[in-house]
Amino acid sequence: MKAEQEFQPKIVAFVCNWCTYIAADQAGVTRARYSPNVRLIRTMCSGRVDPQFVLAAYEKGADGVLLCGCHPRDCHYREGNYKTLRRYLLLKRMLAQMGFEDGRLRLEWISASEAEKFRRVVEETTEQVRRLGPLRGNGGV
Amino acid sequence: MVEKPKVAFYWCASCGGCEEAVVDLAEGILDVVQAVDIVFWPVALDFKVKDVEALEDGSIVASFINGAVRLSEQEEMARLLRRKSKYVIAFGSCSHLGGVPGLANLWDKQSIFNWYYHRAPSVASGGEEPRERVEVPEGTLELPAFWDTVKSLDQVIDVDYYLPGCPPTPKLVAAAVQALLRGDLPPRGSVLAGTRALCHECPLNETKPEKLLLKEIKRVHTVQVDPSKCLLAQGILCLGPVTRGGCEALCVKGNMPCTGCFGPTDEVRDQGGKGIAYLSSILDFDEESDLQRVLEAVPDPVGTFYRYSLPRSILKRTREVKEHA
Repeated sequence: MKAEQEFQPKIVAFVCNWCTYIAADQAGVTRARYSPNVRLIRTMCSGRVDPQFVLAAYEKGADGVLLCGCHPRDCHYREGNYKTLRRYLLLKRMLAQMGFEDGRLRLEWISASEAEKFRRVVEETTEQVRRLGPLRGNGGV
Repeated sequence: MVEKPKVAFYWCASCGGCEEAVVDLAEGILDVVQAVDIVFWPVALDFKVKDVEALEDGSIVASFINGAVRLSEQEEMARLLRRKSKYVIAFGSCSHLGGVPGLANLWDKQSIFNWYYHRAPSVASGGEEPRERVEVPEGTLELPAFWDTVKSLDQVIDVDYYLPGCPPTPKLVAAAVQALLRGDLPPRGSVLAGTRALCHECPLNETKPEKLLLKEIKRVHTVQVDPSKCLLAQGILCLGPVTRGGCEALCVKGNMPCTGCFGPTDEVRDQGGKGIAYLSSILDFDEESDLQRVLEAVPDPVGTFYRYSLPRSILKRTREVKEHA
């Protein structure tokens, strides 16, 4: 009964085709169990994720957004993930000004071989956003 | 005599600069006055609301409304003019995107009132909050309601065209009025300015490096600007690359960077989001500590990238509003 009443956050994860998407696939192949709250959106590079995509995710009902890309120096396109890092830092500050809690946007580097890290990050993010509660109820978008 | 087309001007939450822009038509205003019949313009002519109410619905050809919508009265006037007008033109940044008054959306009514009527040094002895109804011996006095949220004009009524700018330039105003009179109008919903980014018409564009990479962002008051060199190449954050053109780079010609008053180009939905993408792509650092240091020159990202467009942002403030100041 309690589990049914528990808030189920919606998390949008933008995952890079060359690393985290493969890690997520791997997590599936190894039958790793993780929360079904996350919705994956595959992009060719984390650097493809315009901050407007993140804002649109919140607008469409996401309670949290996860950005995942290749580790520094591992970008398939050499520097896309660095652009992601810069955008993330700026966006984070802007969201804070608008009153967004820190945990609603997270950036993680997850390589193709890190299926276990992917599982852990999804679990942690889900729990964290669950604790923060719904974004819409909070007037965020 | 053939009846001249009727035109109205109105102001909502604005500074008055847009009215000034109409006057800045200089002798051009005489052509306008000759061609149209101004039926309502509170700042310059003594017509009353009841005069507008007495007009037939749809009988005004165009209403130019400037300013954001912050008070109940402004919303009522916008609705009235919408009903009476064939075309409504959102005039200036505040009407188009929410403008500078829209930055108040970082706070709500209560936190703004707490500061301005109770805590600000000028009212430290205890202020009186404006109330919507006050009883005095002579009767009841009423004030418009102050909303929690500032809105752009199109968040309140249907808008046919937008004249961007803080304020719109006389050239754009004259072109819009002439297009109206000729009936030569672009598709409904168009912004009556350029469609490309400001850099395309900037006189300093030739000095803009092929690939921009900045090691440092300088705030404009801390440097001596070289008027012959692209401001970005000098490390000054200019929003030209992500701002709609049409103003002919007035600010840049005055040695000031573009701050984005024409709003984003047609392809962009969220000016602030795009601003972040833009700045992130020209910073030449990969380490988080370096980035944090450089970004100290942008202490207020909302005020930098949403200076004129916070009400039109996808983001709305969350419910826990911080105390003002």
